[in-house]
Amino acid sequence: MALAPNMPKSWRAETKPHKFCPGCGHGLVLKALGECIDELGIQDRVVFGCDIGCSLLSWDFFNTDSIQTHHGRTTPVLTGVKRARPDRICIAYMGDGGGYAIGSQHLVNAASRNEKITTILVNNCNYGMTGGQMAPTSLPGMKTETTPYGRDVELTGNPTQGPEMVAAITPEGAYVARGTIANLRQLRKMIKKALETQINGTGFSFVEALSACPTNWRTNAKDTLHFVEKEMTKYFKVGELKVPGEKEGK
Amino acid sequence: MVDKPIKGEKRYFVTGNEVVAWAALAAGAEIMYGYPITPQNEVMHYWTRLAPKYNRKFLQTEDEISAGFATCGGVLSGARAFTATAGPGNTLMQESMSMAEMMKIPTVVVVQQRGGPSTATVIYSQQEVTMTCFGANGEGLRVVYSTGSHQELYDYTIKAFNTAWKYRIPTFVLGDGYQAKMRESLVMYDPEERGIKMVPTEKIVGKEGMPGVEREPSHLRNTYNTEDELYDVVEKLVRDFWQAAPEIVEHQEFDCQDAEIIVVAHGVVTRAAQAAVKELRAQGKKIGHFRPVTLRPFPREAMKKAIANAKELIVVESAEGQLDKIVKAEIYGCSKPITGYFKPGVGITAEEIVEFINKRG
Ligand SMILES: Cc1ncc(C[n+]2csc(CCOP(=O)(O)OP(=O)(O)O)c2C)c(N)n1
Ligand code: SF4
Ligand SMILES: [Mg+2]
Repeated sequence: MALAPNMPKSWRAETKPHKFCPGCGHGLVLKALGECIDELGIQDRVVFGCDIGCSLLSWDFFNTDSIQTHHGRTTPVLTGVKRARPDRICIAYMGDGGGYAIGSQHLVNAASRNEKITTILVNNCNYGMTGGQMAPTSLPGMKTETTPYGRDVELTGNPTQGPEMVAAITPEGAYVARGTIANLRQLRKMIKKALETQINGTGFSFVEALSACPTNWRTNAKDTLHFVEKEMTKYFKVGELKVPGEKEGK
Repeated sequence: MVDKPIKGEKRYFVTGNEVVAWAALAAGAEIMYGYPITPQNEVMHYWTRLAPKYNRKFLQTEDEISAGFATCGGVLSGARAFTATAGPGNTLMQESMSMAEMMKIPTVVVVQQRGGPSTATVIYSQQEVTMTCFGANGEGLRVVYSTGSHQELYDYTIKAFNTAWKYRIPTFVLGDGYQAKMRESLVMYDPEERGIKMVPTEKIVGKEGMPGVEREPSHLRNTYNTEDELYDVVEKLVRDFWQAAPEIVEHQEFDCQDAEIIVVAHGVVTRAAQAAVKELRAQGKKIGHFRPVTLRPFPREAMKKAIANAKELIVVESAEGQLDKIVKAEIYGCSKPITGYFKPGVGITAEEIVEFINKRG
């Protein structure tokens, strides 16, 4: 199969086209990640781990050693790799359910311990793989399969502010940002900085990517983009929250 | 070069948890991941004191889910890695061990059984047999060594690393709180000096060379798309397991040849059973004892042979029939009566066994 001209070098051509739904944000985030791996020349040092959730489809996505783990458990598996082999670049890739619900204790503690790994979390406001249930990130009033009348924040709380939480508990030297598939150039920069943080060994690195799940949102292309750009950003502010060597809150 | 932790053969009088830490060191374990739980804590305490002197590492994780999965990660990266736990911690660790089963990750887990169900006691039991052998959504494709003494804790902790890495099967050393906490003498040794070759580890991920160019990438998964695809994978796992089983199974027999009654017991209870056999033999009774050392895979053929001439079996355990259930399944078709002497979460003495047998006439 001929390589599409814009396919990152670190992607595995044999497993493309990928299996995400049309319009899904996962492919875009993984493209940004692939480009960063290429730019940094770290393909032979990367150990990539994916969660269970739609991220599991990326188990053979890259020409890198890759481990598909369990739902929520990618952070500890990659922590285990990094602790045993600090020369590897460990990337944990997961959904918002995996990172903020079932695996939240791992995220919190990996961040607190300042593990020298990079976590990339795809925020699509729902549990995509299991058919669109409420996730910790579902927006107030948002209709999902388990909040058919809209998310009631009185009953289920407010959307999880992941990067804000991670920034609050990581020491100086960590990198924390929220990007979006609506601005891929910026997202790429963030992922690159996150990986550089790991390479430099200064701290934990975490990038949440606002993403799209048109299948479960039941949105067309226009509404999908509108939701990511206009609705999600009401609750999730895009930008860097913590950068090694820079004062916070600037 | 750091020194070997153990040189020559030395006699020690120490607790079982200390034994485990030394054995893991002697076996060349590079890293331990762990979470505090009694009666396993001192494995970590000794390990964290000794490890830096021998260039080994430790990570205290946020829970046993994490400890188990981090152990999987360490092992996949090619490190001889292990963890230790008990009771509710063992429960949490089963999730990662099902992944180890599926992906053939040679993890080593030392379990120091405590009372159950629930939080129960921090002291002792044999109530983690079913869970350790068959925990999580799996097929019980594990190796479980049930130890009965400090010497065995040492020997089998070393052996567990070799079994795990040779066959790529998650391997458990099943001890208990009594063994963990009590002091007893044993001989520690360097395995290589005894001619025990440590099976080399291998990087399963994080290999050298550019993936996709100089070599194929390692792409490891545990999710499959169809029943048929899964069936092929599991069938191979099962086939590999049963192929390795005859080389793995271990047992001990005491006076079974002409015994009319055979006591079946494992772990630390074997000591009471052995003493009871001695006593009852002295009283002129034809009693024997069969002890499975591997609870999984179970020494089925050996047991069938050992009990061939017996009239009756008595299963003695500090649990409500967990070994009993395994025994009955393994010797299916055997029509001899099987009686249970069950003391869930409580130690069993030789006198009790003697009395139980004598009362029955
Ligand atoms: C222990 C466990 N509980 C539940 C599931 C079922 N499950 C699979 S994927 C998933 C949700 C995935 O949602 P998210 O992490 O947001 O990823 P997405 O699919 O949205 O990218 C769940 C609950 C599971 N695999 N394991
Ligand atoms: S269900 Fe949603 S998140 Fe999953 S692949 Fe489809 S669009 Fe993407
Ligand atoms: Mg999601």
